Order: sequence, then structure tokens, then C-alpha cells
Amino acid sequence: MTTTQIHLLCILIVMAPLVGSIIAGIFGRKIGRSGGHWVTILGVGIACVLSCILFYHFVILGAKPYNGNFYTWGISGRFNFAIGFLIDRLSASMMVVVTFVSLMVHIYSIGYMADDDGYQRFFSYMSLFTFAMLMLVMANNFLQVYFGWEGVGLVSYLLIGFWFNRDSANFGSLKAFLANRVGDFGFLLAIAAIIDYTGSLDYQQVFAAVPQLANTTMAVTAHTQWSVLTVISILLFIGAMGKSAQMPLHVWLPESMEGPTPISALIHAATMVTAGVFLIARVSPIVEYSTTALSVIIVIGSTSALFTGLIAIVQHDIKRVVAYSTLSQLGYMVAALGASAFAAGMFHLFTHAFFKALLFLAAGSVIIGMHHEQDMRKMGGLWRYMPITYVTFLIGALSLSAIPPFSGFYSKDLIIDAVHHSTIPGAGYAYYCVLFGGFVTALYIFRAFFMTFHTKEKFTPQVRKHLRESPLVVTVPLVLLAIPSIFLGMYLITPILSQTQNFFGQTITVKPSLNVLGEIATHYHGAFAKFYDAVFTLPFWFAIAGIIVPFVCYVLVPSLPSIITRYFAWIYRILVNKYGFDDFNQIFFVHGTRKLANSFYKFSDQKLVDDWMVNGSGRFINWVSKNARKLQTGYLFHYAFAMILGLLIFMLYLLV
Amino acid sequence: MLTNELLSLLIWVPIVGGIFILMFGSDKNVTQARVMALITSLISLVLCIPLYAHFNIDSYQMQFVENVMWIQAYNVHYHLGVDGISMPFVILTTFTTLVVVLTSWNAIKTKVSQYLAAFLIMQGMMIGMFCALDSILFYVFWEGMLIPIYISIGVWGSANRSYASIKFFLFTFAGSALMLIALLYLYFKTGSFYILDYYPLKLSMHEQVLIFIAFLAAFAVKVPMWPLHTWLPDAHTEAPAGGSVVLAALMLKMGVYGFLRFNLPITPDASHSLAWLMIVLSIIAIFYIAIVAIAQTDMKRLIAYSSVAHMGFATLGTFLIYIILANTGNYADAYMSLEGGMVQMISHAFSTGAMFVAIGMLYDQLHSRMIKDFGGVANSMPVFAALFMLFAMSNVGLPGTSGFVGEFMVILSAFKANFIVAFFAATTLIFAAAYTLWMYKRVFFGAIVNDRVAALKDIRGFDLWALSLLGLMVLVIGIYPEGLLRLFHASVGHLMQLATTTKI
Repeated sequence: MTTTQIHLLCILIVMAPLVGSIIAGIFGRKIGRSGGHWVTILGVGIACVLSCILFYHFVILGAKPYNGNFYTWGISGRFNFAIGFLIDRLSASMMVVVTFVSLMVHIYSIGYMADDDGYQRFFSYMSLFTFAMLMLVMANNFLQVYFGWEGVGLVSYLLIGFWFNRDSANFGSLKAFLANRVGDFGFLLAIAAIIDYTGSLDYQQVFAAVPQLANTTMAVTAHTQWSVLTVISILLFIGAMGKSAQMPLHVWLPESMEGPTPISALIHAATMVTAGVFLIARVSPIVEYSTTALSVIIVIGSTSALFTGLIAIVQHDIKRVVAYSTLSQLGYMVAALGASAFAAGMFHLFTHAFFKALLFLAAGSVIIGMHHEQDMRKMGGLWRYMPITYVTFLIGALSLSAIPPFSGFYSKDLIIDAVHHSTIPGAGYAYYCVLFGGFVTALYIFRAFFMTFHTKEKFTPQVRKHLRESPLVVTVPLVLLAIPSIFLGMYLITPILSQTQNFFGQTITVKPSLNVLGEIATHYHGAFAKFYDAVFTLPFWFAIAGIIVPFVCYVLVPSLPSIITRYFAWIYRILVNKYGFDDFNQIFFVHGTRKLANSFYKFSDQKLVDDWMVNGSGRFINWVSKNARKLQTGYLFHYAFAMILGLLIFMLYLLV
Repeated sequence: MLTNELLSLLIWVPIVGGIFILMFGSDKNVTQARVMALITSLISLVLCIPLYAHFNIDSYQMQFVENVMWIQAYNVHYHLGVDGISMPFVILTTFTTLVVVLTSWNAIKTKVSQYLAAFLIMQGMMIGMFCALDSILFYVFWEGMLIPIYISIGVWGSANRSYASIKFFLFTFAGSALMLIALLYLYFKTGSFYILDYYPLKLSMHEQVLIFIAFLAAFAVKVPMWPLHTWLPDAHTEAPAGGSVVLAALMLKMGVYGFLRFNLPITPDASHSLAWLMIVLSIIAIFYIAIVAIAQTDMKRLIAYSSVAHMGFATLGTFLIYIILANTGNYADAYMSLEGGMVQMISHAFSTGAMFVAIGMLYDQLHSRMIKDFGGVANSMPVFAALFMLFAMSNVGLPGTSGFVGEFMVILSAFKANFIVAFFAATTLIFAAAYTLWMYKRVFFGAIVNDRVAALKDIRGFDLWALSLLGLMVLVIGIYPEGLLRLFHASVGHLMQLATTTKI
């Protein structure tokens, strides 16, 4: 393909979903419900097919990266801001994942949203999301990535609050936007630092300038000097923490489940929340220069991986379980980034996109069947009624639990291995977190699996009467997502580890001294060998244990869970309260800011400035004139007396 | 042919149109007055086409110059001209007046012709102020425009209007008096009222500081800068929708325009040494006023405080240039800061102006501005809610909307100057989102709270046109800011030269 052809394809890929979204959004009433889903599916379908063509060109044929500007956004002084595309192995593979999952979710939504009044609006938002996500992924500079970044944040906000008559949805959407903004605050400062020290926002120019900055420091306050690259890396990571929901900015993601389930699958599991991971992988040439930043990343990632997973064990809402699972898996990806195993993080991002979208959509299928009941305590025995949902959910659960040979096994095992091999400070702690996290993962997802599909039926006869498998528009995407959830891992593991024909080629930079994947590759003997060898590894047995425990607790001895919660009541309470993050934020940030705002307004603005200074000066003039008026008595002898007094003082002054 | 009198036409067509409406319009034939006003503002907008088309963006010189002797005895001229700094504001003024005329169609029911006439005359004076190159002419327009806005608040305002209009008048007038003294001092030094004659004038540091402060008094009130901002929330809440729009979109810009036209080039050394003061005041606006905005319960008051916070970026961008130049010594580095501040001004006109228009539309139907009287408006007014969301997002500074461009450029520049300044400037990301979206949530989202909200009618006709036009501008500037930035480059470069060449 020539560069003009690639350029044209790129424009078509981003424009197709945007045009679909605009048509469905503005002319929604005219084109009707079916018009609304057809036009958006067509747009995303075009984007998906063309992304596959680019994937073939850049990843399979291994063409050189394409970097071209679309138009000049603005020029100011010596800075040139452009909108453009960088298509290489990293972005091309991400584009396929985004457009494919988006297409599946679009189709699925025809079934899931069938009775909703805001049907066209929903499809319009989803296509707008796809557009923004593609802008983020395909960007060749930090301005555009920030545009896409905030764009997906906006659509996420709109979709969490999609049912805007519900107060919980409105609360969740505002919380999501604000938590993300805290992250964006870091991201924007990172961009400022980048343009300040490299003079450009274009990826390739920035990365080329980075090595010269290795020993540069900057003044954070008057007396503290920090390495520029550490500052940039950490600020970028703060941005990633917001979007990829890492502790302590993770609080918004569980609340995001107030949105419709297809959104939870598309935005809050498969694509948007992984943007932070993608970003850090994209800027690997910067992050690799700062061991401090890598340490921060690995510690926060692994902490999130374990501790948010633990919360999932005590949830009763099927969507919340999957949501906390997403938090935990994002933690895994971030931990991989911290271990400099960027390729492993991206690998887990890909497999996770498929199996987690699958789990969410399967959970959504259960929710449709149960007439929008999400509490697992009111389910049970569903396997009999919903066989396709049952099987696909099981595939997703096995993949998530890293049972070989499912996709999740290869990617997650690689992460655990990489963290184990890593030598940066904090890696030891991280290893125990991700290792034990494997047990927790299997535990919560199979707890949900057994509670939903096995055990005694706990729903009412009325529900049973209508309980049946979901329609084809729902089950077909499930099946299509199940396929990569099984096979993707074993196909990708070899190119990911290959030193000669690496999947990501030159797009990811790793310092030789930190190259853990290279070290792992020396012991790697193919996907099948890894499959056999799994039995001899610790993570495998942790996962198996994680399946057995809920089986015993929920299927064999159903009285066990309540006994355990009674004995470990304090742990249970900590987990149910989610370590108190929400309460802390509510008291400290929400109420604190409102109190501060009120006191600023009431005291300093109204009282001090407006009442004392502004109206006070008016009152002062009034007071002066009132008193001055008293002097104007109109009696001649008063005036004469004043004149004599004045004359006397004047003479006295002259004499002395 | 036309280009020689273009600026005069832009000034006098609306004023003559306004006087015409005042003479022949009456409350009996309201439509006639409205149509006349619409035609007048459309003609003005059409006149902007040659202004934009024939404007040479590569030149920093004054263009479309007209120079006629006005008062021989004192050497006062009727001297007009525009450069890249003032030209965008001329177009902005005509655009804003069109919006005011469109939105008055349904909103204003009493003394319609007088209302329209006031705003048309104000438009002419405002353009005159931006075009004036003679300082007495400038002063005449600067003060003259107070009359129509004072009347508009006093006559068409709400309950507490007389307090607000007098407060507004005294505040702005007190500042202007000092400016007049400074202008007279400069006249006695040069023997000329031509503003550009003051640029090369040598002044001692002492003189510069005094002149700077005299100008500051006039301009800081208009911007407004903390602690001279308290007239603004009062004026905004009491003003009719059109008055709020003009206040936000144009009046506040006069302050920063004054800094660019007078303070930076006439008193560069004083500007340099007082830059830190200005930066600190700007940061107080951005940080402290944004927090104050969170506490507001009245929608118009909230947007008024948000306005002050956003204008903080315009003043911050203006005075950051001195710190950046001191740090790097490179002119090219400082461009972005000044241009960012200017984009912020233009952008603020669209998004904040639009929000005042929109709140005016809600007020017309429900007769309340209090947030607590609303809830679930999105159910009864979906189109309106969607458009308001666009303006809210611009206020929040979302990329792709105009609100992002200026803030982005200024924050990027601030980092070059000082990390702490950039840090506080960037807090706008969080606070602007907090107050804007929290208000949006309480007003638009949720279930319908009362019958009056349920009975609200969605916008259509002229109202829809006005908001769509504003929305379009918000998106155009957000997606392609270079269309605006290119107008600035040459003049900003020249201004930067003037602002950094010492005069002592």
C-alpha cells in the first residue's frame, strides 16, 4: 500500500463511526430505531474491516510504521500542533481490538436495548465513543491522544448517566468524570512538561529527544530538584491511573456499572479503561528511563490487582463482581508495565478485552433473562434455561482464571513470570500480590459462576415462566467473542516472546538491563510446552484452588459462606466497605470542598470583599458626608470661629 | 472602494439603525422593530465579510485606517484602524449582537424597540472602542457604552436591578477616571492623542508604574480581576439575558484588550516588574473564584463566577510572557501564552455567552434562576439539554470545544514559567468540571421535580437558531483553532517586541 492509501484508510476509519454517530444523534427521529442501529453498525463495520486491512499490512506483512499529519490544528510561536496518525504494530493491533469489540457490542445492543426509549441516542453515543477511542489509539502526538482521552471520558460520562432519571446513575457519572479529571490533571501537566523540555508533542520527535534529557533535572519547588523524565513519567502515570482505574483513583469504575450493560462491556472493560495501559506502553521510550517511575507503577499496579480482587469476593451484584474483576485485571496489566514487560501488559490487554467483554455480555444476557435482576442471591440453576450463555460465561471464567490453554492463561502467566523476574525495587512485593491474586481471581469469578448457573433456583415462578435463552443478536456476539477468548493466547504467545519476529517489533522500547521478557524467552519452548509445564507451576495450582474453594462453599456445603463471614467478620466488613475509600472521598473531598466553597463565598467574598471593601467604601463616604454635613451649620459665628482658629494655627505654624 | 469607510460603516450602521428603531418603533408594532433590528445586525455581519477577507494577516500594521481631524484645538482625531488583536473582536461584537437580537424575539415583551435600540447602539460603540486609535475617541466610546448597558440592566433587569446597575456603573466609572488622567498625562508628554505615538515614548520607571496602575484601575475592573470582581455576579444576575451576554462576551474582553493596547506597549518595564502581581491575581481568579463558584445556588451567579475564573486565564496568559522570556530568553516560547490568553477571550464569549442565553430561556419559562427549582429538565427539553451540554463541556475545557484551546495553551506556557503556577492553573480541570457538571446534574438530570418543569417547552425557532450558531462556533474553534490563531500571529509578534523593549 502507498502512503496516500494508508492516509485515506486512516481518515475513513475515524470518520465512519463519527458520521454514523452524527446521523443517529441528530436525525435519530427521522431515521427511526432500525435506521439508528443500521447506520451506526455500518460505520463501525467499515472501521473494523479497514482496521483489519491495516493490521494485515502492518503486523502480518510487517510494513514500516506510517506517520502522517491530517491537518494543522494550530501554530503558535515555535510550536506546531497537528492532528495526525501513527500506524504501527501497536496501534494497528489495538484498532482491531477496539473496532471488533465495538462491532460486537453494537450488534448485541439491538437485543439488549430493544425496549429503551433512548435507542438512537444510545447507538449514537457508542459510535461517538468508537470515534474518540480510535483517535486516541491512532494519534501520532500527545495533543490528539489527549483529545481522544477526554473524548472517551465524555462519552463514558454520558453513558453511565444514560438513564438520567435515576439518581444513582447521575451520581456515578459525575463521580466518574471528576475522578478521571484528577487523572487528566496529571496528564495535562505531563504534556506541558513534554513540550517544555522537548519542544514538540509529536511522538517520534519527543522520543528522539528523550535520551538527551536523561540527566536533566527541574525545580518542582524552589529547593527540590527532580529528574525531568521521572516527573514526566509519573505525571503520565497519574493520567493512566485515572482512566485505567488504579488505586486510589479506582473509585469511579464500580459506580460506572449504573450504565447499560453493553457499555460496561465496551467502555468499562474492553477498551476505554485499558487506554492507560496503552498510553504507558506507547510512551515506553520515556518511562524506561525512570526506575523510580517504574517502581511506582509496579507497586500501584500489583496492589490494585490483589486488593480490588478481594472486594469482588463479597459482591452480590453480578455486574459488580465483573467490574471489580476488571479493576484487578487492569492492575495486572499495569504491574506488567512496571516490570518493563510492556508487551506482556498489552498481550493481557488484548486477551482481557475479549474474555471480559464476553463475561460482561454473558452477564447482560443473564440480566435480560432475569428481567433486569442483578442480584446473584436471587438466581441459581440457570444453566438449564440458558445453555449458550452458560457455556460462554464458563469459557470467559476459565480464561479469566488463567486455566490453560485458554487465552487468559498465556497472558496472565506471562505477567506473573515477568514480575517474578523483575529486579526493580518493589518487584518482590508485587510478585506476591499478583501470585495470590491468581487465587482470588478464580475464587470470585467461580463464586459468581456457581451462584448464578448452579445451586438451587432462587427465583419466583413468574420469573421462571419467562426465563429463556436470549435472542440471536445477543448470543451470536457471545459466541464470536468466545472464540478469541479460547484461542488468541496460544496464537499470540510465540510472536510476543519472539526476539526476531516480535509482535510489536520496534514500537516498544525496553532497556537491555530491564528486559525481563527477553530473559523469559530463553526458557520458552512453544505454546504447547508451556501448556504441559503449567502443572508444575505455582500460579496454576493457585487458580485450581480458586475454583475448588467456591465449589465446596457454594455447591457442596452451601452453609459454609455464612459461617466464614461470621468468623472473619472484621475482614468482611473492611471488604464490604471497600477499604473506606468511598467514605473518605465523600467526607474529605466532597463535603470538604463544599464546606470550603461555602466559607470562601460567605466569608471572604461576600463579607470581606463585597461587604467591607466594596459596600464599606460606599458606607464610608456616606459617613464622611453625614459628619461633614454637621459642620455646615449655617450659623455665621461658627464659620467666623473656624476662620479665626485656622488663622491662629497658620500663624503658629509660621512662627515655629 | 468600500474598504476605506468599512470601519465607520461597522460603527455607524448599528447606531443609526438603533436610533431609527427608537424613533419609529413602538410597542404596538413589535414585529416591525424586531425585523429592523435583525436586518441591521445582519448587515453588520455582512460588512464583516470584507473585513475578514481583505485583512492582511501577514502585517502587524493598522489596517482599514481612517483619519479625519475631529477637534482641531486639541489635536483630537477621528482615527480608526484594526490590527490582528482588535479585528477578531469587531467580528465577535457583531456576531454577539445578532445572537442578542435573535434571543430577544421570544424573551422581551415590554419596551421592545428601546431594548433592541440599546443593544444596537452598544454594538456600534463597542466596535468604535475596538477600532479607535485616538485615545480621546477611545475614551468616548469606552464610557459611552456604559449608558446603554446601565439602562438595559436598570430597565429590563430583575428584582434587585437598581442596586446592581448603580454598583456596576460606579465600579467601572471610578476606574475609567484614572485612565483618563493617564491619557492626559501622555498627551502632555507627546502633544498627541494618537495611541501609537505613545509606544516609542521614553518614560521613567516611576512614571511607568503610575501609568500602569492608572490603566490597571480601569481595566482590572472590567476583566474583572480579584478583588474588584464583586460587581459582576450582581450585574449578571440582575441583567436581562441580552445584557448578560454582552457583559460576558464583550465587556469583560475590553479589560484585557486594554492591557494589550495600553499597558504592555506603553509601560513595558512596569508591566515586567509588576508581572508577578498580575500572575498572582490571575491565579486567585482561577483557583479561588472557581471554588467560590461551587457554592452558588443561583445559576446565573454560578456562571458569573465561572466567567471570572475563566478570564483569569486571559490575564495569566498576557503577563506570563515576562516570566517565560526571563526563563528562556526566546520570543517564540512566549507567543503561545499570549495567543492562548487571546483565544480564551474569544472562546469564553461563545461558551459563557451561550450559557447566559440558555439560562435566560429557562428563566423566561419558569421565572427562576435558582438551581433548586429545577431538576429533570432533560426530560421536557431534550434538544435544549443537548446543546447546553455542549456549552457545559466547553466551559469544562473539553478538547474539541473552544474552551479547551486557550486553557491548554496557557497551561502549557505556564509550565515553562513556573511549576507551581502551572499546577494551580491546571486545577481548573477539576474545579470547572465540579461546578459546571454538578449544576448540570441538578438542573437537567434526575426525575422531573415539579409540574412547572414538566410543562417546560423545548426550544425552537429563533432560540434554536441562536444556540445552534453559538454551538457551531464553539466546535469550529475547538476543532480548527488555527483559523483564529492565524489572525493573531503578526500582531502578537509585534506586540511582544513592544512589550519587552525597555523604555527607560
